[in-house]
Amino acid sequence: MKDVKVLGPGCKRCVTTAEMVQTEADKLGVPVKVEKVTDYAAIAGYGIASTPGIVIDGKVVHAGGLPKAEDLARWLAA
Amino acid sequence: MSLNAITDRAPAAGPSTAKWIGWTVVALMAWGAVYSQLVPFSDWVMASTQVDPSSHLGEAVSFFAYDTPKVLMLLTLVVFGMGVVRSYFSPEKTRALLAGKHEGIGNVLAASLGIVTPFCSCSAVPLFIGFVSAGVPLGVTFSFLISAPMVNEVALGLLFGLVGWKVALTYLGFGLGVAIVSGWIIGRLHLEHWLEEWVRNIRSTAIVMPPEELTVVDRIKAGIEAVKEIVGKVWPWIIAGIAVGAFIHGYVPASLLASIMGRDAWWSVPAAVVIGIPMYSNAAGIIPVVEAFITKGAALGTVLAFMMSVIALSLPEMIILRKVLTIRLIAVFVGVVGTGILAVGFLFNALFQ
Repeated sequence: MKDVKVLGPGCKRCVTTAEMVQTEADKLGVPVKVEKVTDYAAIAGYGIASTPGIVIDGKVVHAGGLPKAEDLARWLAA
Repeated sequence: MSLNAITDRAPAAGPSTAKWIGWTVVALMAWGAVYSQLVPFSDWVMASTQVDPSSHLGEAVSFFAYDTPKVLMLLTLVVFGMGVVRSYFSPEKTRALLAGKHEGIGNVLAASLGIVTPFCSCSAVPLFIGFVSAGVPLGVTFSFLISAPMVNEVALGLLFGLVGWKVALTYLGFGLGVAIVSGWIIGRLHLEHWLEEWVRNIRSTAIVMPPEELTVVDRIKAGIEAVKEIVGKVWPWIIAGIAVGAFIHGYVPASLLASIMGRDAWWSVPAAVVIGIPMYSNAAGIIPVVEAFITKGAALGTVLAFMMSVIALSLPEMIILRKVLTIRLIAVFVGVVGTGILAVGFLFNALFQ
């Protein structure tokens, strides 16, 4: 079970990003737990400066803008 | 020639890369061909509507028929170009460049990077905290936060299309100037203790993302994406703005605005700044109207001050920033930036008689 956190204050892109993660994980058959982190202090704690950010198993893999589907697949498969 | 230059630099230029670049060049050429036909097109519209070109209605229709496609096309080009340029930057890279920079040079760098770094007002707060907690000085952070929304591609593209490149460049130069000086002053005031307490307590280690491997094709796609997102969102506002502008062109007497927004009415500059604050962004809808004002006798400095105030001092952004800044710090921010914009208005009106 991969622990995925989507960092973002709740804007439209953050919601879309969380949906993309779930869709891509379902496609790959990777079990994931997607959690949205909306608290500004918590987001800042991950050291990013733009949202949405993606953290997989504690490691920041993406910050700023929508991720590309092929990148998501790569991160989830790793 | 430019085509060769691009393909030479791309390491993995496969057949699909060549195809993308080829289509981009074709699209740019088609753009140029259509653009060169805009005057005949608007003449044709005028002829087919059979309106007397010198009548009020005729002036309004010809303004609308020529300016709408022209502005939308120029905006598309500018937004596409900016989308490609921005794919080379990210807020994290910019932060790494700015961390630990001294004030002065840091302010200049931050304001300049504000133009090319992808920025959306919804991530203004994470960006602010991310910058400050990673050691970017407060004043330098402000220079970035003032320049990023104010000197944006929509404002530049519209000014370029409607009023001309000289005014667009002037707006760029003065916008940068206001961002640099305001940030520098806020830095000199040492107001770090006026940040909200929880912000001051965050100590994070700034991460630097592994460089994303973007190909030329990815960058072209980023440009197209920017066009879809930005032009797709603002075009109704532009058309509405041009429609209002067209009405002003046709029906408002030529010197009506000279007395209220002209050079001799000194109070019009502060009035323009104050009126601009509660009006939220929509540079898209406001610039076409403002352009019509200029032709009816409004002074350019007053108009520039109005636009800067609308775009840089917006209530929604202040509400967002209230989460991290105390009211006192927001007041200083508005005061300093507002004064800078005032200075631009007066200076411009005085210099360009």
